[in-house]
Amino acid sequence: MPVTRGFFRKRPEGPAGRLPPGQYDTGGSWPVLTAEATPRVNLDSWTLSVDGLVDRPTTWTWAEIQQLPRSTFTGDIHCVTTWSKFDVAFSGVSVDDLLAAAGPQEDARFLMAHSSTGYTTNLPMADVTDGRAWVVWEYGGQPLARQHGGPVRLLVPHLYFWKSAKWISRLELMAEDQPGFWERNGYHDRGDPWLEQRYQGDP
Amino acid sequence: MTGAEIDDVVPVATTWTSGRIITKELPTPETVRLRMLVEDRQRHAPGQHYLVRLRAPDDYTAQRSYSVASDDDDPLVEFLVERLPGGEVSEFLADVAEVGDVLELRGPIGRWFVWDTHTPAFCLVGGTGVVPAVAMIRTARRLGRADQLAVVAVGRSPEMLPYVDELMRAGAAVAFTRHEDGRRPAGPPTRDELLPLLDSAEVFYVCGSARFAEYAVPLLLDCGVNPQSVRVEQFGATG
Repeated sequence: MPVTRGFFRKRPEGPAGRLPPGQYDTGGSWPVLTAEATPRVNLDSWTLSVDGLVDRPTTWTWAEIQQLPRSTFTGDIHCVTTWSKFDVAFSGVSVDDLLAAAGPQEDARFLMAHSSTGYTTNLPMADVTDGRAWVVWEYGGQPLARQHGGPVRLLVPHLYFWKSAKWISRLELMAEDQPGFWERNGYHDRGDPWLEQRYQGDP
Repeated sequence: MTGAEIDDVVPVATTWTSGRIITKELPTPETVRLRMLVEDRQRHAPGQHYLVRLRAPDDYTAQRSYSVASDDDDPLVEFLVERLPGGEVSEFLADVAEVGDVLELRGPIGRWFVWDTHTPAFCLVGGTGVVPAVAMIRTARRLGRADQLAVVAVGRSPEMLPYVDELMRAGAAVAFTRHEDGRRPAGPPTRDELLPLLDSAEVFYVCGSARFAEYAVPLLLDCGVNPQSVRVEQFGATG
């Protein structure tokens, strides 16, 4: 494509190798993008379930999930709307530990993350295992704010952030891939920011 | 977020194309309106958006999403963009871009914040968030379905609310937060003002800044609206 007349880079290049193509560093701000009404989730009645193709469908209450080994992610997140945010810290539990408790069956190759709002997003198991995904309730050492998915959200930081479902309530293991909410509504099925897999039709 | 209407959606792939700026105006101090002739244009539904991508000589690119204001029937695609301080793309569009310039475009995108033109709908929109509601109004008028759509638009003052004349002509209720216009005191819309307008609506659209959405969505829920029937498009940062 030809150069846009009169347009020049204004933003600094940012740390080498950390900004995926087409992204910019949003710095201290954290834009909120939500397609639905922000729910009020009560931790007294909150649960998270792992079910579908597992040997032991398992549900944790808020008190129970606190008993699992604590796991923290520190690094960068990337939103499909082109902002990236560097050096964020989220704490919660590793999805690996949740899956280990439930015992995924051999034919479980995909996962559908469900939110209490009805939001869904689909992920290959390979993207949520081996230390690549978390269920988190702290951001920067503080309780995760409602508008950012609090009290508890999914975190899959190596994919665009719509995959990190807010207000997570259920992880459903599946044999076949099925599109989630944004994936049915024009977004890419996988969403790797380094490959710029933003919308349907991208490689 | 469940329901037959979104489960029926067929994914549509889009690719990058280009569009030429045919008209450019600065209708309010902080906005720019561009009407563009788009190559290989696909049809769009009211509420959808396009990506605009700018390319620097070193191949650096910046892209942002902008809602479409025009009806599908319009020979041009119309965008109204808020000029954000330091906004890499919006400042370019407002200050540098000229009629005749060609920009990279991709769209239409988004199949959630769209109106099917049949379901009775209500829009509560603020600032440049009025843009998708303008597209809905224009489409409803063409199809003779203006009675299926109610719009409440919120701005600081008449001078600061994009499309204020068109909105008022179309029968939208307009609320000014910092301007008393003789009909109502300055301030955001209230529950009592909204309630009579919500009667028949089955789908509710909220579009505006994050701060606007934080006011508008609870207001709708306070009016008894089912959260599952609310569709939100919000932009901008929080701390």
